Amino acid sequence: MKEKSIEKVDKKYFTFAEPPNELILESGEKLGPIKIAYETYGALNANQSNAVLVEHAFSGDAHVAGYHESDDKPGWWDDLIGPGKALDTNKYFVICSNVIGGCRGTTGPSSIDPKTGKPYALTFPIVTIADMVKAQKYLIDHLGIKKLLSVIGGSMGGMQVLQWVASYHDTVRSAIPIATTLKHSPQQIAFDEVGRQAVMADPAWLGGNYYDFGQPERGLAVARMIGHITYMSDRSMEDKFSRKLKEKNKNVKFTTDFEVEGYLRYRGDTFVKRFDANSYLYITKAMDYFDLAGDKFIPKNRKIDVRFLVVAFKSDWLYPAYQAQEIVKLLKTHRVNTTYCEINSTYGHDAFLVEIKKESHLIKHFLRSVYGESGEVNESRSS
Amino acid sequence: MDKNWVENDSGGKGGMNIQVNEISFEHRLIAGLIKPNSTVLDLGCGDGELLAFLARHKQVSGQGIEIDEQAIYKCVARGLSVFHGDLDSGLKDWEAQSFDYLILDQSLQQVIHPDTVLQEALRLGKEVIVGFPNFVHFSARWQLAFRGRVPVTPALPFEWYNTPNLHFLSLLDFEDYCAKREIAVKKKIFISDNKIIRFLPNLRAETGIFLIKKA
Repeated sequence: MKEKSIEKVDKKYFTFAEPPNELILESGEKLGPIKIAYETYGALNANQSNAVLVEHAFSGDAHVAGYHESDDKPGWWDDLIGPGKALDTNKYFVICSNVIGGCRGTTGPSSIDPKTGKPYALTFPIVTIADMVKAQKYLIDHLGIKKLLSVIGGSMGGMQVLQWVASYHDTVRSAIPIATTLKHSPQQIAFDEVGRQAVMADPAWLGGNYYDFGQPERGLAVARMIGHITYMSDRSMEDKFSRKLKEKNKNVKFTTDFEVEGYLRYRGDTFVKRFDANSYLYITKAMDYFDLAGDKFIPKNRKIDVRFLVVAFKSDWLYPAYQAQEIVKLLKTHRVNTTYCEINSTYGHDAFLVEIKKESHLIKHFLRSVYGESGEVNESRSS
Repeated sequence: MDKNWVENDSGGKGGMNIQVNEISFEHRLIAGLIKPNSTVLDLGCGDGELLAFLARHKQVSGQGIEIDEQAIYKCVARGLSVFHGDLDSGLKDWEAQSFDYLILDQSLQQVIHPDTVLQEALRLGKEVIVGFPNFVHFSARWQLAFRGRVPVTPALPFEWYNTPNLHFLSLLDFEDYCAKREIAVKKKIFISDNKIIRFLPNLRAETGIFLIKKA
């Protein structure tokens, strides 16, 4: 089967939790109405057994594959999703939604609070990974899906995968957490805190009430620059930039002399055009609060019938392989059917978006094996 | 880039249609020791040939551990569950007697602490199947004694500088070990050249397969 990209996709919206039936968040606070932006690819089969939910990472969104009308680049995981690809849209119904607290169409701090007619800003309640997943459950119910064939995601997407199993293990047949952890380490929290401080230290942040005046762009850009350093590895930075100079010395002090400086500034500058500073604060906090260590992931006497494919990358120092091994260790203790692979890559944390060939191989065969177990193999057997 | 794990996509060969004659003689004999519908942990499962055979023909619920990344990709292509890692660690996460069988086929001589791994295997498995090359097979003895060379034989095909084998033992060495550690040998099979060896195995067999359990 030849691999192709999906030609045209549209963003869809689902609104729920209208007052007085607001969503009760983990904090006890209420949020509603909630609008969720999502995209789907492929078709749901008659017995709704082919649905795969893709979870996006921190700064990702629902646009995971294919092209919007105005796009010159496809969705962020297009190499993995489409006809003939690992998540074969001829076979599977693929869903991806934007998380609550985000800024790409789903309700978040930059959304208008219907009570005031103004953006929520910091009146937006603290949301957790469990809240994000709870909101997605409403979407999955709305789409008429009783059981997901798989939930897959990298980094913060992987946290949501783990949370799906913790919250709704009966609704999930398989789980693919990639480059992720059961809980943030102090090091990971520390990097997030530096990012938040960069945003909040920008005078343009205005205590979060900047929506009439424009984003705290400098602070947000610095936060993103730090982020990008943690996504790469020493080796991938050497390979990509080495000590190469951007252009000849222009006799101006502290310009972007080195290519790596130019790269980081470019990343920072493009990020502020698409990402809301308050969302940055809320979502990084959600990651920092995330903690499914020990019995919180799978309570002691719970039997779970979910197959796992856990993936880590050798040079990923932001989400090191030992964190994936902690997940595997708990799965072993509970005798959960698990495959673990530590992919040899030099790309650091970015590897989960880059090592497509190896990931595709693992995901394609793992899913085929899970899908086959359900009696859905009929089509392939008769062919 | 190493392409050997990128299998064809037809789902046929390398997929789940493994025929009896596609597995090695040694694996067939090991499979013969395993009761249907049992649970198996294969330590050093390689490309998953044995586990796939057991899943298909004995309805075994299997799990592998393997250190080689390329082998992991092959296992996953066969639909198997496998952990990427070494055998010297990671076994302690399971409770005692978690599996009906632990398999250590051609891997015991390659681990750093075979004694520890064997004790862990006996803790985890109700029974343990161990397969290893007999280092004192006569061709090896001949090379040692008369050629003055460390042996290279069909069962021990490596040179000293590239062998994955860290420990060398004979069939009798292993039996001595079992006696010393109070391990019961329930069954032993000796093979050479795809044939069962019954007479003078320590001299004539290239490979030994032992079914053992805690005494």
